Amino acid sequence: MSPLAWREFSYWMRHYRRTWRGTVVISVANPLLFLTAMGVGLGRLVGPGSAPLHGTPYLQYLAPGLLAAASMQTAFVEAGRPVLTAVRPQGSYRAAVATPLEPRDVHAGHLLFVAFRLLTSASAFVAVLFCFDGFHTPRTLLLVPAALLTGLAFAAPIAAWAVGLDGPTPLMSLLRFVLMPLYMFSGTFFTIGQLPAALRVLARLTPLWHGVDLCRGLAEGTATAGSVLLHTTYLAALAGAGLVAGRRAYTRRLHG
Amino acid sequence: MTDRSPVLEAVAAAGTDPRRVLAYAEALTKVHPGGEVRAVDGIDFTLRRGEAFGFLGANGAGKSTTMRMIACVSRPSGGTLRVLGMDPLRDGARIRARIGVVPQDDSLDMELTVEENLLVYGRYFGLGRARARERARELLEFAQLVEKSDTKVSALSGGMRRRLTIARSLVNDPEILLLDEPTTGLDPQARHVLWDRLFRLKQQGVTLVLTTHYMDEAEQLCDHLVVMDHGRIVAEGSPRELIERHSSPEVLELRFAPGAQQEMAHRLEDIDVADRTEVLPDRVLLYTADGDAALAAVHDRSVQPVATLVRRATLEDVFLTLTGRSLTD
Repeated sequence: MSPLAWREFSYWMRHYRRTWRGTVVISVANPLLFLTAMGVGLGRLVGPGSAPLHGTPYLQYLAPGLLAAASMQTAFVEAGRPVLTAVRPQGSYRAAVATPLEPRDVHAGHLLFVAFRLLTSASAFVAVLFCFDGFHTPRTLLLVPAALLTGLAFAAPIAAWAVGLDGPTPLMSLLRFVLMPLYMFSGTFFTIGQLPAALRVLARLTPLWHGVDLCRGLAEGTATAGSVLLHTTYLAALAGAGLVAGRRAYTRRLHG
Repeated sequence: MTDRSPVLEAVAAAGTDPRRVLAYAEALTKVHPGGEVRAVDGIDFTLRRGEAFGFLGANGAGKSTTMRMIACVSRPSGGTLRVLGMDPLRDGARIRARIGVVPQDDSLDMELTVEENLLVYGRYFGLGRARARERARELLEFAQLVEKSDTKVSALSGGMRRRLTIARSLVNDPEILLLDEPTTGLDPQARHVLWDRLFRLKQQGVTLVLTTHYMDEAEQLCDHLVVMDHGRIVAEGSPRELIERHSSPEVLELRFAPGAQQEMAHRLEDIDVADRTEVLPDRVLLYTADGDAALAAVHDRSVQPVATLVRRATLEDVFLTLTGRSLTD
């Protein structure tokens, strides 16, 4: 990565200083409301006696999965609309590529900022988790890098795709038809063992399930070297493919 | 090299000294990816230090695409382009470090303040914090925006935003300033303020390259013009030269009552005081050496216009003659 990418990163940081308030609601308050309502409220109904939970309280089961899903959502919020806005003729990418920065610097710098957002959101989430029973362990800290990797596995491909769009409609379709079903059926709220066999196979192929299972395994201390390796390889491959595709797509769009 | 192209000859005549020729193009062509139309179709031009160089043409003539190639944000599909002695394909970043760009869409950050927009841009060019602040202060002064320094850009008028965009383009002290349609969409007063700033830059020796479809802008600002149509250069010279070469000195404009125009134009067809007659949707133009004599001849033929105007020929007439179309259709 060229040092010029840091100039793009510092632009997004300055922009963020003006706009951070709204993002706190989306990336921290929303998951926390979910955590409280479903973990504590619904959790009373889903007792630890429920067979698939193997004695784990529902809140402890839910929280790591919810963090992975929240990371996916942050990735969408940060790499979807902002990329689309920045690439318009009047957008900030157009200003940046008129300077010594190359499209690949703009790409790298913006994704650095997205990584920063994923990191801060995951850290805030984990900080709050420490307030709940069952998370007072250093293991909980492992959730931060796991959530970051999950987020990047979504952010890099989304940015690569969004930079080529001409309007926001496809982004809304992505949210409705891809991300929402993933949110619901990737083991966030219940084990995918409860899904019909065909759906179970499908769920195991989705990136969010790998993120959820990675986070949950680390938080509960049930992760094996093999499962961690499988999940991280899958997620890193997706992020890597997204980065390669993104670099090409940025150059095509901004230096067309 | 024995048989050199005209452009290279021109470069040689100016001295190959890159301090005089800032940019040149030869058979420069652009076909957009996936497209078939040649947006720019084999153009030649030479840009010399200190001049104000204009690309005049209607929308879609290829002006902005040419500007984007000079600015090194669009790859030429064919031909030769050199900017500041370098090849945009190889040295894009180094060229961009030494030019300034005022895009048609301002591309300012609406959420940031006026000053912050300049600081961010200074950072893009690698200016240190203190230097960026100092430069921002100077430029705010130049753009007459000092009092607006802490205002969000979204609260500025169109003219102020445009002035800020020009200030921003000067952050790196550019040798060439590229302005794409600098006053499109501005009210007359804002245009004059902007022209005044551009004149000032010109006097300071900044080389200006601008595109416009306003003939008054081209006449006011440009020393050298190329007229573009359908991706090609159809004429080139100073505004005065273009008018002398491609139009008669005077023009008689005739307006008729609605519906009467066709019939009246027909009566004027073989009038011999006019070199050429042009029938526009709203008026008839007679190109002539002597407008008053032409007007007298028109009255002799018992043609009754509701309004008449004798005026000197302008670039609009040059454009009409060369392309058969009005500039601002």
